[in-house]
Amino acid sequence: MNGTGPILAIENLSMHFPVKGGVFRQTVAACKAVDGVSLTIEPGETLGLVGESGCGKSTLGKTIARLYDPTEGKIHFEGADLASLSRGQLRPYRREIQMIFQDPYESLNPRHTIGTIVEEPFVVQGMGTREERRQWVSDSLRKVGLNESAAQRYPFEFSGGQRQRIGIARALALRPKLLICDEPVSALDVSIQSQVLNLLMELQREMSLSYLFISHDLAVVKHISDRIAVMYLGRIVELAPAEEIYSNPIHPYTKALISAIPVADPTHEPDRVILEGDVPSPIDPPEGCRFAPRSGIPHNKEHLVNLPPFREVSPDHWVEDCPACLNKEITR
Amino acid sequence: MTDSEGEVLLQVRDLVTAFDTDEGQVTAVDGVSFDVHKGRTLGIVGESGCGKSVTAMSVMRLLPQPMGNILGGEVLFGGMNLRTVPAKDMRSVRGNRISMIFQEPMTALNPVQRIGKQICEVLTQHNDYSPDEVWSKAVEMLDKVGIPSPEIRVTEYPHQLSGGMRQRVVIAIALACGPELVIADEPTTALDVTIQAQILELMKSLQRDLGTSIILITHDLGVIAETCDEVCVMYAGRIVERASAKEIFANPRHAYTQGLLNSIPRLNGIPKTKLNTIDGMVPALKDLKAGCRFASRSEREHEENHLTERPLFKEISTDHWVEACPVCVK
Repeated sequence: MNGTGPILAIENLSMHFPVKGGVFRQTVAACKAVDGVSLTIEPGETLGLVGESGCGKSTLGKTIARLYDPTEGKIHFEGADLASLSRGQLRPYRREIQMIFQDPYESLNPRHTIGTIVEEPFVVQGMGTREERRQWVSDSLRKVGLNESAAQRYPFEFSGGQRQRIGIARALALRPKLLICDEPVSALDVSIQSQVLNLLMELQREMSLSYLFISHDLAVVKHISDRIAVMYLGRIVELAPAEEIYSNPIHPYTKALISAIPVADPTHEPDRVILEGDVPSPIDPPEGCRFAPRSGIPHNKEHLVNLPPFREVSPDHWVEDCPACLNKEITR
Repeated sequence: MTDSEGEVLLQVRDLVTAFDTDEGQVTAVDGVSFDVHKGRTLGIVGESGCGKSVTAMSVMRLLPQPMGNILGGEVLFGGMNLRTVPAKDMRSVRGNRISMIFQEPMTALNPVQRIGKQICEVLTQHNDYSPDEVWSKAVEMLDKVGIPSPEIRVTEYPHQLSGGMRQRVVIAIALACGPELVIADEPTTALDVTIQAQILELMKSLQRDLGTSIILITHDLGVIAETCDEVCVMYAGRIVERASAKEIFANPRHAYTQGLLNSIPRLNGIPKTKLNTIDGMVPALKDLKAGCRFASRSEREHEENHLTERPLFKEISTDHWVEACPVCVK
């Protein structure tokens, strides 16, 4: 699949976790963290993934990286279906898909030097001699704007922003094609956040990387993404080019989410749709429209039972087509 | 600025707070002055470690003991200097006339006590209510902060509530005694944008109804823009700029404020372009200089005397104050 077609295509991907209960710890329910998600990522593209906490966006990222065994569905990558591969078969693909995590304080082993941390991917993949690996580590560190002398130091000697750079160096060491960024700048201060975002955009151009960029900060996602997927309770409710989703949101959940972003301009008068309540539990969610209980829009029985189709309403603009949600504006 | 008219409720003057650490004494808040007006909201914005929370803790006299000490300045509130009043008098102010909302609603609540009891605690501390009265007061407070079926919720434990609901309970506790001032330290940072919108809306409407003054501490410039009348920008223990929200966003004068405002991605910005950054990072508290503290991150060259002499905090236009380092403020 070189040159043409998406680098990653997931089809009807689900990740259900069993909920144990009762005296014998039997499975009593399923927590449907990701439920029937389909999307593609093109080479060199950034796909933003937004949603509230508990909507399944991190689980989706980890499932694509095969840190979980998906319950159902396919993950097409480089001509293989990652969802069906065993651990051993997965190994060559691991170097192509890497992750960076939210908390730069918890994702680095405090007892290892930065050199050991960044070298580890090469060791796991059995690449190079010790000398070569040392050279590669220095290259990786320089690439993310750190001094190569950092290799001898420990994580605690670095600030949050620098640690996130180390996490990025580790993820990029094997020259992956796809990087899954799970809230990479959420834990950083505003002035440091923009440094890391610039670095990610630079590296993308330089190495023609694809990103799945997961975040709850919609302004950040808008800035870095080509297309944006909005997730609610395990499903994608809307998917469109970044500009389009902000200028012309169709699903009421997307509208509410976008209107809730605080704008750093005191003269701006927000036209806000305030949603009631929180994201409901993904344990045994309704089969049909999942946004129904929170939408404030009357749904009839059919809408709650039948799975709404995911439809392309205009070129590249996809939306979960619940007739109740799409035909009416949210009322306060 | 006409916004700052009205009676001054709290006056903080030249507040200096320091901590004793293994590496000697470090000054976390270094000569901070501001006023809070009746019924208005003052925002304090800055990056982690700039001293915004320590400022709040100093006003409340909740500094960790024995490491944290207020070394200088005055905190004037209702004819008292809160820095020097006896501990007993401070207790009657805390939670009663000034109360606090914290960031983490899970850690701010006691996990093994019913939420009703936690609201009652502050009510009985400061009033002489009968047990029945106090319980119905608690239900009333939960209703006021928009918790559905409060008479049932009042008997529940914090873990039975969602994050947004817990923050509402924390707000109910803070407002139970009808305080004149509420200090909210990152009240929405742990919440989703949709829940954040709910909570900020709630705080605004309660402020309108009760006439409470608010000090809102946050790192989110969007939240500041939407809720605050006046803003203090803090950097490395000092206020570098102070003005009305409109003025700060329209006409920032200090290089740090300008850098901060330029570095946030905007919804109406051009996607995938390089963001402006502030190079380097906040200096460690123990190596702070007496002079301009932004010098190490500024793009402009500072001379020796700018680093050794503290710049004056000057009013450069009506009600617009700035730490007037001649290099950082053109």
